[in-house]
Amino acid sequence: MDSTKKQHAAGADGETRRDFLYLTAGAMGAVAAGTAVWPLVDSMSPAADTLALASTEVDVTSIQAGQTITVVWRGKPVFVHRRSAEEIAEVRAEAWQELRDPQSDQSRVKSGHDEWLVLVGVCTHLGCIPMGSKTADVKGDYNGWFCPCHGSHYDKSGRIRKGPAPKNLAVPPYEFVSDTLIRIG
Amino acid sequence: MSRPAQTEKFQNPVVQWIDERLPIFTMLIKEYGVFPMPKNANYLWSFGGMALTMLIIMIVSGVVLAMSYTPHVDMAFNSVERIMRDVNYGWLLRYIHMNGASFFFIAVYIHIMRGLYFGSYKKPREILWIVGVVIFLLMMATAFMGYALPWSQMSGWGVTVITSLFAKFPLIGDGLVTWLWGGFSVDNPTLNRFFALHFLLPFVILGVVFIHVWALHITGSNNPAGVEPKSEKDTLPFHPYFTSKDGFALVVFLTVFLGTVFFAPLALTEFDHFKAYDSMVTPPHIVPEWYFLPFYAILKSFVYDFTVVLALLAMGGLLLAFPAAYVFFKGDKKKRDMAFMGLGALLGGLVLITLLAIATTHLEQPSAAAYLKVVIIPAALQGVLAMFGSILLLVVLPWIDCSPVKSARYRPIYKKCLLVLLISFITLGYTGAQLPEGWPVIAGQVATLYYFAHFLVILPYLARKEKTLPVPNSISEDPCCASKGN
Repeated sequence: MDSTKKQHAAGADGETRRDFLYLTAGAMGAVAAGTAVWPLVDSMSPAADTLALASTEVDVTSIQAGQTITVVWRGKPVFVHRRSAEEIAEVRAEAWQELRDPQSDQSRVKSGHDEWLVLVGVCTHLGCIPMGSKTADVKGDYNGWFCPCHGSHYDKSGRIRKGPAPKNLAVPPYEFVSDTLIRIG
Repeated sequence: MSRPAQTEKFQNPVVQWIDERLPIFTMLIKEYGVFPMPKNANYLWSFGGMALTMLIIMIVSGVVLAMSYTPHVDMAFNSVERIMRDVNYGWLLRYIHMNGASFFFIAVYIHIMRGLYFGSYKKPREILWIVGVVIFLLMMATAFMGYALPWSQMSGWGVTVITSLFAKFPLIGDGLVTWLWGGFSVDNPTLNRFFALHFLLPFVILGVVFIHVWALHITGSNNPAGVEPKSEKDTLPFHPYFTSKDGFALVVFLTVFLGTVFFAPLALTEFDHFKAYDSMVTPPHIVPEWYFLPFYAILKSFVYDFTVVLALLAMGGLLLAFPAAYVFFKGDKKKRDMAFMGLGALLGGLVLITLLAIATTHLEQPSAAAYLKVVIIPAALQGVLAMFGSILLLVVLPWIDCSPVKSARYRPIYKKCLLVLLISFITLGYTGAQLPEGWPVIAGQVATLYYFAHFLVILPYLARKEKTLPVPNSISEDPCCASKGN
């Protein structure tokens, strides 16, 4: 570039109008690229019809004490387990403060509906489905659920007791629409 | 590329006419005809070409398979069965594609081992090596997505287990996994995108392979002596010497490959790969394909949560390290300051993540004992970080191992350590397939420990302290060559 012209355009600290134009053009380019990429990225998020399937209603009338049914919620199994009074008493007698993921049984059920345990049936280790919902299943050392993939044992409140899983089985968001109807999600 | 010379180079006028306009023949002669190869390159130098051949076989068989495959959760499994039973030669194409993935990895693992043994990652081949690691990562992603497509029990559950790894990242994990799945579980959107990416990525790999070969043709090949060619005496033209050598090696390799395809096509496959995916029933034992097992074993080796108690102990240890560093670097103020800064950064980071973990954990009954048990880095996240870290270590390998001697031939201790690394890697491959209980866990942990110690402790130490053997002045003076009368 012609040196006299360059000096003419340069400010006191050597910056030119061209530097400013480079910066603004670059910034606008970055914004434009981001705007163009966002629809591509967001198209991979759950679509409207997938989101529309986000809640499931379960009629629990036919479940007997001691029985578990498995329902599908968001493509994942949810265990709905009806507990007997003895089961509840037994699981609440244990000291929970020392567990790996300390939670009381009371905080994992809806008060007033203490016999109903609702759990996402996905092991918190790597996403397998724990066994224990069927009568003939292996239930693990704590007589609750047992994950066959990497050997995690859950108790009758779905709390992790042994094995590699870090957390208790999750309790999904749910509410009692009536005494016999649960809406999950 | 420079302008082609105006002199007539080719007898055939058509070739000459084309070459003046697009010098493709000039390029072929330069890169694959007269290209100088170190004359001592052995058969281990043939595995790169085999890997490229496997890539092409995978692309060709894959494109044809895609014409008969349906990427929908209700139809994918049956469409694969239809390929096996009804499509003309479908069984052959699928068995070539299934076993081809395994043989691609076999070629690439040997290719990588060759690079480690003869120091092919060292100056001036750092970028060549890093591009190779990128190819390896892309291959792993592609193979993983391909494993999902038959939508078998192994497919669906393998995808569930591996994608769930990303949920272990704090804060963003759950959102990231939902985005990867395109839903709240592994379902049709997941299968669709895996098919799209499984189709795309091989062509990306092909592009990166082009860059890999380009970089190779800038630096030239390494060789068993690990000294660069000094004169024409040290090299031979690629054609016919190495086209014939690589060609022979390729025929042997393909014979073993096709032998597997025809006589033992299911030797490397789990039987749960032949049951349709059921999102409500987990198979009792989920294992990835054999070529992922060592990394899967590293993942499973981490079983202890990093809790506040351990963090406090580590902080105590770091505090004690300050006076130790003060004494150790007494003579050198600069090094002492550096050590203090490093220790300070570690301590600061540790305090920060501890406070962050305590602040983000909700405790039902807060007490001192409960706070001590707050988990900062869960075991599973340690495993995920270690698994990715184990491959990313290879990226920085040229700077970890700065020994000026390339070939393990002249590095007696490095050679033994590399053998232990290989044994560790094979051990990890074995323990990766076992249930995580009993002695395989311990064996996996010991092997994992060695894997990281090899790269992070042993290599930097050897680079400075190892007494290497005298390196020959040139390839021609290499006693290994001379004894054969070359």
